[in-house]
Formats: sequence, C-alpha cells, structure tokens
Amino acid sequence: MKQDYVLHLADTHLILGQRLGEWCGHNVVLEQDIAMSNIALDLLGQCRSLYQYAAELGGNKQTEDQLAFLRGERQYKNHLLVEQPNGDFAFTIARQFFFDVYHQLLCEELVKCSDKQLQAIAEKSLKEVRYHLTWSSEWMIRLGDGTTESHQRLQTAVNELWMWTHELTTTASYEEALDVPRPSDFKAAWHAKVSAILKEATLEIPAESTKQAGGKEGVHTEHLGFILSEMQMMQRTYPGMTW
Amino acid sequence: MSKDWPLWEVFIRSRQGLDHKHVGSLHAPDTRMAMENARDVYTRRQEGVSIWVVASKDIHASNPDEAAQFFDPAEDKVYRHPTFYNVPDDIEHM
Repeated sequence: MKQDYVLHLADTHLILGQRLGEWCGHNVVLEQDIAMSNIALDLLGQCRSLYQYAAELGGNKQTEDQLAFLRGERQYKNHLLVEQPNGDFAFTIARQFFFDVYHQLLCEELVKCSDKQLQAIAEKSLKEVRYHLTWSSEWMIRLGDGTTESHQRLQTAVNELWMWTHELTTTASYEEALDVPRPSDFKAAWHAKVSAILKEATLEIPAESTKQAGGKEGVHTEHLGFILSEMQMMQRTYPGMTW
Repeated sequence: MSKDWPLWEVFIRSRQGLDHKHVGSLHAPDTRMAMENARDVYTRRQEGVSIWVVASKDIHASNPDEAAQFFDPAEDKVYRHPTFYNVPDDIEHM
C-alpha cells in the first residue's frame, strides 16, 4: 500500500523529468535549455530517493533501477498530466506550472507527515520545488502578458491541459488508507494559486471541462507507452546493463 | 529570440571568496531573468553564493589601441611599490 504511494510519487517525478529532458539540446535559447535540464535533473534526483525507498518498502526484491526501468505501463502510477507531450514551449511551461503548484503544496504537506523518510525527501525537495515554481510562474506571466502570439499560444496550452489538471488534486485509494497528505485537501489552494497567476498573466481560467484521471491507478494515455519504450529500451535489450 | 535579447555580464562570489569575479556572459530580456539565467548557467555546480549581473552595454572597457599610453608609463615607476620602507623587526604580519 505504502509502496504504491511512493511509486506514484516516484513515477510522476520520473516521467516529468524524462519529458523535460526531451528539450535538452532543442530548447529555444541556451540559457533556458540549461534551466529546463536543471529542473529535469532535480526531478530525477528526487525520484531516485523515492525509488530507493520504494525498493526498501518492497523488501528489496527489486532495485531502484528495476522499479524505474522494468515495470509495465499499467504498473506506472504517474499523473496523466506529466506524460502529455511537450508541444511547443508554451505547452511545456503550462504543464510545468500546473505541476509545480501541486508539487509545492504536496511537499509542504509531506514535511509534516509521520513517515520520516518521506518527510526528509520532501524537505530536501522543497528548496528545489520553490525555484521550479518561481521559474514556471514567471514564464506564465511573461508569455501570457507578452506578445499577441505568446498570449494566444499559452492560452491554447492552458485550455488543452486543463482537463488533465483535475487528477493532481484527487485522492487515490492508497492515499486514503495511509497517513499521507490527501491531494483533494489542497484542491482549493491549488486553484487559488493557479488563478492568481493566470490572472496576472492576463489569461482566461478555463471553464470546467472533462476531468481526466486514471494515471494514479495505472490507466494511462497512449503517450506513456512511447515514453517507456524509449526509456526502457537499453535495460530490455541488454538486461542488467550498467554504465 | 535570444538574438534580440541584450547581453549581460555575470559576476559570482564563491563560498570562500570576498570579491565577485567575472565568470562569463548570457542573454536575457531583463535583470530578473538575467539573474535567474545566471543562477542556472553559472552556479549549478556550487560555484557561488552571490551573483551580480551587469548589462554589457553599461561596461566601458579600455581601448586596446590605447594600451601603450595607458599602461606602459607605469613600467619604470618601481618607487610606487611600497617596498622601500624598513619594517622594524617587532612588527609582525607585514
């Protein structure tokens, strides 16, 4: 049960890190290429701690690498939002911003939870996450309140991603059963923060739309399979391969 | 995009250092992003604890063509170095 929860956190970090990593060498400017890669690496660092803990919870039958690289699609519990393709720069920024607001709220709750290990991981992550949110919020405002084209592209991204954001503040059965933060408890806080930045960015807050969920329970969009096949190719082709 | 962005010079003070040292330059549209880009580009390996960014256009450099008149006259002025004083023996740390 607890392993499910830790895997959910780890998977979300891993998949978003992988997505951001896809920008490496392709970003719009060199400085942002490095900024985005830094964030990707922060997320990978965080997911390593989480996978190590998940391995420990599973009685060390599997290593962190096996958990990250050798599970099937239905066993991944990441949010659907983070597996959505990068799209254009505006799309990646909006996805990151929605996630960062959630991530900071989550870490702020996790530092108070009874599990010492999760508490320690959250404490370490929080400094990184605060910077991620500053970075993505600023880009939201710059692009939203920027040129006509940047505004329109970001508004499109916000509208298209909106239905995936619902899942960030849903509580899965394994969260109900544990003494861990319930994301549904910070739904209002998430909306307040997101609305404030969207407003400052002169963007429209999308109307309630379809609410997509399922990632936390292992039901994914078609995109995850492609990410995994790329990520897992080496371990599956050369089992046990190391650097 | 970045070619429209102005250039900034970045100065970093290391953990042990007392002064900010020039480490390089970057592009950014304003001071705030210049600062963040400097953080991301130049301090990701713990290089520093403090950052200055200065718009490159605000830096006035000496002209290399004038180097002779600027710097050469100092060459034969050894008396400008404080090396001609006799320091009494009981003065320490000099």
